[in-house]
Amino acid sequence: MSYSVTEPSSRTKWFAGSMVILYAIITLLPLVWIIATGFKSPSDAIAYPPKVVFTPSLEGYVNLFTERTRVTPQMLEEAGEPTKWYDKIVHEQGAVISGKSRYGERFFNSVIIGFGSTLLCMILGTAAAYAFSRFRIPLKDDLLFFILSTRMMPPIAVSIPIFLMFRQLGLNDTHLGMILLYTAVNLSLSVWLLKGFIDEIPIEYEEAALIDGYTRFQAFYKVVLPQAATGIASTAIFCLIFAWNEYAFAVLLTSGTAQTAPPFIPTIIGVGGKDWPAVAAGATIFLVPVMVFTILLRKHLLRGITFGAVRK
Amino acid sequence: MAQIRIENVRKDFGSFTAVQSSSFTVEDGEFFMLLGPSGCGKTTTLRMMAGLELPTSGQIYIDGEEVGQKPASQRDIAFVFQMFALYPHMNVGKNISYPLISQGVPRAQVKKKVAEVAKILDIEDILNKPVGGLSGGDRQRVALGRAIVREPKAFFMDEPLGALDAEFREHMSEELRALHDRMGATTVYVTHDQLEAMQMGDKIVVMNHGVVEQFGVPQQIYDWPATKFVAQFIGSPSMNFLEFHGMLGSGAKQVTLSNTVFEIPTLLSGAKGGLSFGVRPEHVYLDDSSSYKGRVVAVEYLGTTQIITLDTANGSVKARVSSADVVAVGDTVGLHFDVRTVTIFEASSGKALISEANSGVLTHG
Ligand SMILES: Nc1ncnc2c1ncn2[C@@H]1O[C@H](COP(=O)(O)OP(=O)(O)OP(=O)(O)O)[C@@H](O)[C@H]1O
Ligand SMILES: [Mg+2]
Repeated sequence: MSYSVTEPSSRTKWFAGSMVILYAIITLLPLVWIIATGFKSPSDAIAYPPKVVFTPSLEGYVNLFTERTRVTPQMLEEAGEPTKWYDKIVHEQGAVISGKSRYGERFFNSVIIGFGSTLLCMILGTAAAYAFSRFRIPLKDDLLFFILSTRMMPPIAVSIPIFLMFRQLGLNDTHLGMILLYTAVNLSLSVWLLKGFIDEIPIEYEEAALIDGYTRFQAFYKVVLPQAATGIASTAIFCLIFAWNEYAFAVLLTSGTAQTAPPFIPTIIGVGGKDWPAVAAGATIFLVPVMVFTILLRKHLLRGITFGAVRK
Repeated sequence: MAQIRIENVRKDFGSFTAVQSSSFTVEDGEFFMLLGPSGCGKTTTLRMMAGLELPTSGQIYIDGEEVGQKPASQRDIAFVFQMFALYPHMNVGKNISYPLISQGVPRAQVKKKVAEVAKILDIEDILNKPVGGLSGGDRQRVALGRAIVREPKAFFMDEPLGALDAEFREHMSEELRALHDRMGATTVYVTHDQLEAMQMGDKIVVMNHGVVEQFGVPQQIYDWPATKFVAQFIGSPSMNFLEFHGMLGSGAKQVTLSNTVFEIPTLLSGAKGGLSFGVRPEHVYLDDSSSYKGRVVAVEYLGTTQIITLDTANGSVKARVSSADVVAVGDTVGLHFDVRTVTIFEASSGKALISEANSGVLTHG
């Protein structure tokens, strides 16, 4: 067997591989736990020692999406044989479905606010980053520092002024209010990240386009944007993850029409005992959009995270 | 095709002056070289001609029309960048057709033009390839293709061969010159390589510290440099300067260096104080009958010729002589200069004194 300086030995590779697997197990375990709990019955969910093998049940998911009322056995009898599978699951708990739960709406709110603020943030962030990267702007460095400084304290530190401001402006518990808020919080990081990406695109490309007869704006969207796609994608993921998971502002500023999923999920626990499977089901579904978004953009993300490290 | 005229063009970046009061003319169909050391303002000058940078003052005329403050897109020129600037998200064919699409040329015609250009540059087989994996030479050809496809008024090239390795540079520079001869398009070419400039250019502008030092055909610039800088920058090894003090009046026909009298072309202007006697190495002869002596300090063998470095009373001198001459380090030999090729410079300003020999070159340019 020969050794080279650049190629690690098989023992090193084996070691590195097992470290990665170990790390993956540690980080995936809570995820597996949540997903599994969503498919347990309430008693299995709190069993001790924890059940690894269990009979899967959709009770958690049915409970997540429904409002139920407990009824006496006679009334249950009178209602007759349930026809739908979800009616049957509810009947077995000695209850009937009395309506839809709010989870669907809250989830939809999260989608609108999360993706809406991400989109807005990308539009404003790319434009600002391009300007900072390409134009001679008076006090450019001070402005950039000022933009970054908005991120120096935790956003929640200004929650009370924001709350008062939103009340004055009628933005409390509105989609627009939350979109603006999350955009404002994410914008500083976006401008900085995107400026880095745009700085890396040689200006000659745009100049070539200008000479070819395109306007500055055409050069921007035909030449710069396609090349900044990687940076935009990875920045968008960061923004979405923040907006999607944000809890503190959501609790403070939303309660009804614009409430997002994070403040809603914990309230599920209170509805008729400790319904852990329903909470777990809510959390599992909540994970899906960010996961899908990240997987769709993962090719860009990998290049984005290592940007600057490798040229070309 | 076009004539380009630059008049008193100046460019300031803040308090720094990158180019000052430059004037020269590029005639229609010329292959024109902008030559100078790094940082002298060549790129800035070219970019102002192209409209990528607006001059602080001065005029730029393309075909008689003043375009100094017009954006690049309105000048109908093509620019080849040092790093080629091929759009990485498009394949070769798309890259070449891009300038045409911007002008709204119909699809069928675009296809025809791209095929034509690909044929000229011999890149028909790579039209569908992404630009990422191309070799330096092919990238260069694609960049040229993108420039010529539009049939612009003029081509501007900023060190277009700078990114290629030495061997390939030579090949590409021949290709480029041949392409120019075939198309006859006015071309302005930036380089810091004096040899490249001499080989390829119809005319050369030599710049230094943002100032145009001289402008003319290569042979004239080589033979009759306007300044010591030009004399030094062009030619390898560069011109020798024998430093001396003295007073030369208009009409002077000789100078005295360390008690030896040398004839020079008749001066039409005078100067006094520190002066330099400039002579090219190939016009320095070893001649033991001469009373002017030098001691050999180095001998560099170059095949048919050799470069001999000598110490004289007026400074170091290099001579390019036949390899047949037998010279050894430590020898003291007599030196003799070809009278007809001597230029006298004023040491303080670095300017050449006008003589009967160089007045033809230096008074009109
Ligand atoms: N945008 C700018 N802002 C400030 N200074 C600049 C700018 N562009 C160029 N300069 C300065 O102007 C001077 C001339 O630059 P230029 O690029 O024209 O030189 P060059 O002759 O092309 O040199 P090189 O051979 O290195 O390419 C340099 O000192 C450079 O630092
Ligand atoms: Mg340059």
